[in-house]
Amino acid sequence: MSNAAIDLASVSKSYGKKIVVDGLSFAVAPGECFGLLGPNGAGKSTVTRMILGMASPDAGKITVLGQPVPARARVARARIGVVPQFDNLDLQFTVRENLRVFGRYFGMSRRDVEALTPSLLEFARLEHKADARVAELSGGMKRCLTLARALINDPQLLIMDEPTTGLDPHARHLIWERLRALLARGKTILLTTHFMEEAERLCDRLCVLEKGRKIVEGRPHALVDELIGCHVMEIYGGNPHELQALVNPYAQRIEVSGETLFCYASDPELVRVELRGRTGLRLIQRPPNLEDVFLRLTGREMNK
Amino acid sequence: MSEAYLAALPANAWNWIAIWRRNYLAWRKVAVASLLGNLADPMTNLFGLGFGLGIMVGRVEGTSYIAFLAAGMAGAAAMTAATFETIYATFARMQAQRTWEAILCTQLTLGDIILGELMWAASKAFLAGTGVTIVAGLLGYATWPSVLYALPAIALTGLAFASLAMVVTALAPSYDYLVFYQTLVLTPMVFLSGAVFPVNRLPDAFQSVSRFLPLAHAVGLIRPAMLGDPMASLAVHIGALCIYAVVPFFFSAALLLRRLMR
Repeated sequence: MSNAAIDLASVSKSYGKKIVVDGLSFAVAPGECFGLLGPNGAGKSTVTRMILGMASPDAGKITVLGQPVPARARVARARIGVVPQFDNLDLQFTVRENLRVFGRYFGMSRRDVEALTPSLLEFARLEHKADARVAELSGGMKRCLTLARALINDPQLLIMDEPTTGLDPHARHLIWERLRALLARGKTILLTTHFMEEAERLCDRLCVLEKGRKIVEGRPHALVDELIGCHVMEIYGGNPHELQALVNPYAQRIEVSGETLFCYASDPELVRVELRGRTGLRLIQRPPNLEDVFLRLTGREMNK
Repeated sequence: MSEAYLAALPANAWNWIAIWRRNYLAWRKVAVASLLGNLADPMTNLFGLGFGLGIMVGRVEGTSYIAFLAAGMAGAAAMTAATFETIYATFARMQAQRTWEAILCTQLTLGDIILGELMWAASKAFLAGTGVTIVAGLLGYATWPSVLYALPAIALTGLAFASLAMVVTALAPSYDYLVFYQTLVLTPMVFLSGAVFPVNRLPDAFQSVSRFLPLAHAVGLIRPAMLGDPMASLAVHIGALCIYAVVPFFFSAALLLRRLMR
């Protein structure tokens, strides 16, 4: 895959004795949204830092937009936009000044940036905040400005590290909608997240990391169909191990996580009938999702 | 290490200007307070010690004590302004404010950032040192036009101390450690460098230490310029300050590479 936007080949990275990334390989095709999924500490941020040339791999090869990284990361970064995990806007500057200052880091003149500013602010839905100080913006607005800032150099590739962590649902949906608009414009996106819903909505393909290793890779819906492929019932409010024995005959598979029993059954009605009359139990039936995939592959929930 | 180090050095001769201009924009918003902060301390010392001690001291090296002290305070003002900017403001931009983190995602390198920060700190030092010089000049404690030669010397002093402070910034785990540099290195240096009284009044051992201190070389350039005296060992002073500006820059780049880009 020589024309891949990002290509990682057997990349490893340790800090001291702790292996953070372990023989990781994946390739992101131009124009796709590729997700790096995993619980906190799975190595997602380290992978993005290595792709940007901010950390060097101990072993393996990284190519980004045709440039070997970290050796020529600077050349690659000229065509990358980054939305970092934590906001790092200049709080004492206005929205407009933030864009102007950031444009200069890419060698853009004030005139270049001012010509772009209206369209960037419109994209970020911040037209009315151009002269507001960033310190006065809400969390969601700051994220939108960070996204607008990442677009200032008209990047081919966007790298987003947990772009909606800490946002309220309204702001999260706005960011998702904006990211889809960027994909429609042909941008390539690498997205790290621990939100399954985010990955399912946005990613064409994704790979799930655990402890720096890739445990599965594919299209989100294909993964769910392939690895789960039946209804899920979440049952809680009783002793999960007792319940497990009860519903076992009707389930294809059962996972217990904390006080919740995840029952994977092709006919959930049978489970429902079996448990009828038991007071205090809560049953939720839902379609399977990536959370179930993760649970199946690791035996634990992603956010626990 | 070496390949990563080379990649982290300044990418060209002008990228740093973007960093300088970012800091300038931030400074402009608080310029009056900032200038006051940079000038208040050296002015207080200049007038307090100059007039107060001056009465008892009389003339020093053929000039009034306050005129002698003015050059020392100009050098010390540049030293303090460059140091404070680098160990506090730059440290904040590197650590708490995550400003560097944002910049490292652009086409700038770590070296571009460090150079931009050093040039900015040197600019603030130039303002502070020049402020003291102008006041001294207006009150008749400096000789026109030779005082103009003091200005490039003040700028170079600022760059040297910014560069030294960048090493401290690169090594300090937290703010608490930065104070040590100030109290254990800078304050003694003021007294060992001929800023407040002539170096030849020091015990011999301290006189030889003085030969290696950047502030001593700074004062060695600034004082003759301000007093209109002939300049002695010009090349040595300039050379020493250049070494203090350049060597710590490359050293701090290596330290910061290890600290930030692991």
